Amino acid sequence: MKKIVKAKINGILIRAEEGTTILDAAKKVQVKIPTLCKHPDLKPSASCGLCIVKVKGSNKMLRACCTPLDEGMDIITHDPEIVDIRRTVLELILSNHPNDCLKCDRNNDCELQKLVADFGIRQSPFTQVLRDLPIDNSTKAVELEPQKCILCGRCVDVCQNRQDVWALSFLERGMQTRISPAGDILLNESPCVKCGQCSAHCPTGAIVEQDDIGKVWEALLDPDKYCVVQIAPAVRASIGEAFGLTGKNMTKQLYALLRRLGFKAVFDTNFAADVTIMEEASEFEERLIKGTKSLPLITSCCPAWVDFMEKFHSDMIEHFSSCKSPHEILGVLSKTYYTQKNGLDPSKITMVSIMPCTAKKYEITRSNEMSASGFQDIDIVLSTRELARMIKQAGIDFLSLPDEEADSMLGEYAGAGVIFGATGGVMEAALRTAYYFVTGTDLGKVEFESVRGLKGIKETEIEVAGKKIRIAIAHGLGNVEIVLDKVREAKKNNQEPPYHFIEVMACPGGCVGGGGQPYMVTDELRLKRAKVLYQDDTDKQIRCSHQNPYIKRLYTEFLEKPLGPKPEKLLHTKYTPRPIYKR
Amino acid sequence: MTEPKLSEDIKKVVEKWRNKKGSLVMILHEIQNAYGYVPRETSLELSKYLDVPLAQIYEVITFYNYFKLEKPGTHRIAVCMGTACYLKGAPVILQELKELLDVEEGHNTKDGLFALDVVRCLGCCGLAPVMMIDSKVYGKVKKEEIMNILSEYGKEE
Ligand code: SF4
Ligand code: SF4
Ligand code: SF4
Ligand code: FES
Ligand code: FES
Repeated sequence: MKKIVKAKINGILIRAEEGTTILDAAKKVQVKIPTLCKHPDLKPSASCGLCIVKVKGSNKMLRACCTPLDEGMDIITHDPEIVDIRRTVLELILSNHPNDCLKCDRNNDCELQKLVADFGIRQSPFTQVLRDLPIDNSTKAVELEPQKCILCGRCVDVCQNRQDVWALSFLERGMQTRISPAGDILLNESPCVKCGQCSAHCPTGAIVEQDDIGKVWEALLDPDKYCVVQIAPAVRASIGEAFGLTGKNMTKQLYALLRRLGFKAVFDTNFAADVTIMEEASEFEERLIKGTKSLPLITSCCPAWVDFMEKFHSDMIEHFSSCKSPHEILGVLSKTYYTQKNGLDPSKITMVSIMPCTAKKYEITRSNEMSASGFQDIDIVLSTRELARMIKQAGIDFLSLPDEEADSMLGEYAGAGVIFGATGGVMEAALRTAYYFVTGTDLGKVEFESVRGLKGIKETEIEVAGKKIRIAIAHGLGNVEIVLDKVREAKKNNQEPPYHFIEVMACPGGCVGGGGQPYMVTDELRLKRAKVLYQDDTDKQIRCSHQNPYIKRLYTEFLEKPLGPKPEKLLHTKYTPRPIYKR
Repeated sequence: MTEPKLSEDIKKVVEKWRNKKGSLVMILHEIQNAYGYVPRETSLELSKYLDVPLAQIYEVITFYNYFKLEKPGTHRIAVCMGTACYLKGAPVILQELKELLDVEEGHNTKDGLFALDVVRCLGCCGLAPVMMIDSKVYGKVKKEEIMNILSEYGKEE
C-alpha cells in the first residue's frame, strides 16, 4: 500500500496516493489544469509551462504535470496572475506559429487550437516570426511540418524511447531548435519505419498522416472505377471515439457507411486475417514437424515491424514468416479471385484499405510482390483518423446508421481474424489453427489468456501434442531487441532456440494503438479497444480460421492448398536487408 | 589535413575515450580538431562503433556551435555585422557576397573555395563596414570593390 498524502486544491481537501502529480490529483476534484506538452500516455517533458500552479506560502510556481502532491500543500490552480502567465505562454507560442488552422489537418482536433480557443485569445501582442522550415512528405506515410512544432518533445520521446528507432531528434538549440532526422536529410532517408506513433502523439499539425482522402473521393466519383474497400480489425473498435463513443464495436455501421460513401463492395480485413492464419499456421507446422526451416517463426503482418527488421535485425530474415499482411492478401484476392468469380475487370478495381496504421501507406509500394495480381494490389490506404474526417465531409449521421453486413465472399470472418488487432491476437489466432494442423483435433477451449494484455514482453508455454511450445510476444518496437537477443544468444551457443514462435507488433498495444488511430491514446483506452475485439471474437460462433466456411471455399475454389503454388505466388513475399540511413 | 578515411583513426580515438564520462563529446572534439569539421561518414561509423544512434550524435553536434558539419571552405570570409558596420551598410555587402558567390551565410561555396560567415564587431569600427578574408582585414568596403577583392583568391592557390 502506498502512503496517502493530504492536501488542498483550490480549498478542496484531497487525499491521494504518494507520488500522484498535482495535475492528476486536481482531476479527482474536478479541476482541469491546462496542459500542452504533457500527453497522458507519456512521461512529462515539462517544456511548455502552461500547467503552472501556486502553492500558498511560497512564491515559486510549480509545474503541475511533473510535480508530485506533497503532504499539506495548499494549491491554487487558477487566479488572475496564473491565468495571465498561461495566456502569455500561449501568445508566445503563437508568435512563431503559422495561422493555418483553417487549412490544417488538425483543424478542430488540435490541442493548441483548443487551448487558444479556451483562453479566448483574440490578439497577437508579439510580432510574428515564422521559421523557414520545409515540409517533409518523403515517406508517403507521415508528414512533417516543423513550422507547426511547439517543441513538446512527445514525438522524439516516442520515436527514440518507445520505438527505439531514433529517426527523430531535436537539432540545434534555443530559438533554432527543431525536430528533424539526423542532419539535413529527409525522413525516408532516415531509419523511420513509418509507424506513425509520432503523429498519434503530436498535439499539433506538425506531424500528421499523409492525407489521401482526396484520392478516394476522386476514385469514387470516377464512373470508370469499381471501388471496393476493406476495414482492419482495430478500426471498428476506435472509430466511434471520433464521434464521442468509446469502447463500442462499429463493424456493422461501418459496412453501411462505406456503401453509402459509394463503395461497390465492402470487405473485411478479418477475412484475410483468417487466410494469413491458414498460411502462417502451415508454415509453423512445417518448421515444427518437418524442420524445413529453423525456428523460431516470427510474424510479419506489421509493415512497420518488417521495415524495422529489414533495417536493424536483418539477420532474422530466415525466421520471418513469408506471409503478407492481411490487407495485402485481401487486396490481391479482390483483384483475382473476386473479379474472376464476378466477371469483373481487375484493372478497373480501386481497392481502398481503412487501417489503424500509417505504415500501410508505405507498405503498398514496398516491393514488387505488392502487385501480385498484376496491378497494385492496394490502391489507397486511409487511416482511421482520415475515415472519420471523410465521414464528416460526407454529411452522414454515422452513429444512427442501420446495421449492414459485409460482402460475404471476402467478408465473413472467424473470431480468430478479429483479434489480430490486439497484441497477442495473431499468436492466439495462429495457435488455434496450428493446434488443429499438428494434432488433427480442435481445441476444447480456444482462449489463450496468457498472451493477452499490455505487458511489453509476454512469454509463455503452451502444450501442443505433448510438446511444449515456447512463445514470446512483443509490442512497441523498443521491446523487440531483448527477445531477439535471446534467440541470437542461443544460436551462438548452439542451444535450442528459446522460443518456437514470436509475435511482434510495432505499436504499443498492437494495432488498436496504431499510429493512425484517434488521438489521446492511453493504456486504458488501448485495453478498451482490445476488449471490443475480444468480445467480437467471443460472440462469433466460429472461432478458428480453418473452420470459416468461406475460407474453406476460397481454398477449394481458388487457392488449392496452403503454401501451394498459388498462395506462394499471391500471398507470400520476400525480405531484404536495408540500410539504416540512405545517406 | 587529410581526407577522412577513418576506420583506423576513429578506432584509436574511440578506444582512448571509451567508457569515460562524456566520451561522445570528447571524441567529436578530436574529430573536429583533426578535420575542421565532423564528416557525416565519420558520424555514421562512430554510431556503429559506439552503438549510439546517429540522431544522438547529431543532437550533440548541432547543440554546440563549435562543431561544424561541412568541410570548411579554403578561405573564410567574415562579414562584420556589429552596430557600426551594420549602420554603414554591412547588409548590402553581405547581400552582394551571397549573390556573387551563390551561397548562404554559414555555408561554403559549391567549389569549396569560400566559406561565408557573419561575425560580431571585429574591433575596427573606424573602418566600417569591415570584412575579413582569412586573416586579412578589408575596411570601408564598397559593394563595387567586392568582385575585385574576391578575384585575389584564385583557384590555383
Ligand atoms: S513514424 Fe515512427 S519511426 Fe518514423 S519518425 Fe514517427 S515515430 Fe519515428
Ligand atoms: S512535432 Fe509535434 S510532438 Fe514533436 S515536438 Fe513538435 S509539437 Fe511536439
Ligand atoms: S502494430 Fe498495427 S498499426 Fe502499428 S504499425 Fe503495425 S500494423 Fe500498423
Ligand atoms: S504541461 Fe506541464 S509543462 Fe507543459
Ligand atoms: S562594428 Fe564592425 S568592426 Fe566594429
